[in-house]
Amino acid sequence: MKTITQQKPLEEILESIARDTSVFIVGCGTCATLCRTGGVEEVAVMAEKLRDAGKIVTGTAVPPTGCDEVTGEMGRALRDPLAGADVVLVMSCAFGVQTAASQLKKPVAPALDTLFMGKEGPAGRYSEICMQCGQCVLSATGGICPVTVCHKGLLNGPCGGTNEGMCEVGSGRECAWTLIYGRLQAQGRLDAMRKYQAPKSYNATLRPGMIDLTHSREEAAKQ
Amino acid sequence: MSRFKEALDSDKFVVTCEIGPPKGVNLDKMRHHVELVKDHVDGINVTDNQSSVLRYPSLGGALIVKEMGGEPILQMTCRDRNRIALQADLFFAYSRGVTNVLCLTGDAVVVGDHKDAKGVFDLDSVQLLDTIHTISEGTDLAGNPLDGTPRFCKGAIVTPEARPLEPQLIKFEKKIEAGAEFIQTQAIYDLDNFRNFMDYARQFNVKILAGIVLLTSAGMAKFMNARVPGIFVPQSLIEELEGAPKGKALETGIRIAARMIRSIKEEKIADGVHVMAIGKEEVVPRILDLAGINSG
Ligand code: SF4
Ligand code: SF4
Repeated sequence: MKTITQQKPLEEILESIARDTSVFIVGCGTCATLCRTGGVEEVAVMAEKLRDAGKIVTGTAVPPTGCDEVTGEMGRALRDPLAGADVVLVMSCAFGVQTAASQLKKPVAPALDTLFMGKEGPAGRYSEICMQCGQCVLSATGGICPVTVCHKGLLNGPCGGTNEGMCEVGSGRECAWTLIYGRLQAQGRLDAMRKYQAPKSYNATLRPGMIDLTHSREEAAKQ
Repeated sequence: MSRFKEALDSDKFVVTCEIGPPKGVNLDKMRHHVELVKDHVDGINVTDNQSSVLRYPSLGGALIVKEMGGEPILQMTCRDRNRIALQADLFFAYSRGVTNVLCLTGDAVVVGDHKDAKGVFDLDSVQLLDTIHTISEGTDLAGNPLDGTPRFCKGAIVTPEARPLEPQLIKFEKKIEAGAEFIQTQAIYDLDNFRNFMDYARQFNVKILAGIVLLTSAGMAKFMNARVPGIFVPQSLIEELEGAPKGKALETGIRIAARMIRSIKEEKIADGVHVMAIGKEEVVPRILDLAGINSG
């Protein structure tokens, strides 16, 4: 699993740092490196583009994991180039951006859009298979998530837009319910699909999600 | 009991049609269409922001049908409202005499004209049917008692030409279990395929109205075959439309629709028909006339 990111258009990045003359760039050695959006190479290319656009790049860094506390340590190590920067441009997922914002004590701007938690498929393709709904229904659906993989999050079977196994939204997306049907049929468990699924709780996890894992579920419920 | 429900419960061949509200507030054309069809059909569906394109609301359209003495069938999708808004709209509909509801999932937002909108889909069509059942038992979805209980005649849709068909049929059966009293089908053009579907569907205690979408040209037929999931227009009909004299394709489409309705009625293939003359509602009375359907 990785956090899938995509670089914002350069104009949008420049617009977001329009008031700043000097920039420090932070990448990420994990997900953003694997997505080729915030590794050493991409950070270097970005530094070049910013210079071309008339910015002063005071320094760059690619911490092993952009979302970790380590960014704070890095901040101490790179105190001077950081101090000289008006803004920190973060080339990691939004976790990394928020970590940088809280630990580096500097204005930050994201260079990437965070798309989803993705599972890697063949040849650098990623797909979203879970959106952490807090009330997992996979036992009824052959281990394929209808909440995420069905564009509409339908729980009781396909809509009328399904077309030869593809979803009505197009763009090469498969119909989750054709997949679920195929899986359950192969397992001889179509009865799971025939069963009525009541409306889901969309507040199973109160948003924003927060949990204290030092207590068990039962203890937490008592409190 | 609604007039439409009475028709469903009788032995008569039930005829419904569909009107689409305008984009904006000029209701003249919609009123005109209602005026033309209201005395020829047992119910008039009012579409709900069809194809995810913003329109005057289906509930507003249904009230106008009612005011004009027609029998509205309120189309309700799960796309734009959560369970609170859906239940509230059902209360409102009932309080104003709109008591027939067609429950739909709704198209994806991205196929419509407000592509950045948030799709809701808090409920799905089966759950919406079940919700209507729940409120007509006197409680809301959260289990709270209602002050005044609404009752509806509820229906759903099925796509007999869906590929693959089996998952669609499982959902169809769930809709019936959730209380669907009538089913309006997606457009059908191949009566042999439809007969096969009906051989299966007859086992269920539900009234089935065959969807008849008026073909206005060979191009439209080809477009639907290529682009609209779950619609199959046989080559013979496409050729018939292509063979129409210049400017007469619509007339041929009218005759095809009338011929199909006549066959469905005379051969008792289904319990009725649902005529969709998208944008050409004014020809509906003529289609019905040619099909030998008596008014009312
Ligand atoms: S139902 Fe889907 S979104 Fe919810 S936890 Fe399970 S896999 Fe994730
Ligand atoms: S086509 Fe399939 S995946 Fe797409 S919205 Fe409909 S049921 Fe869901």
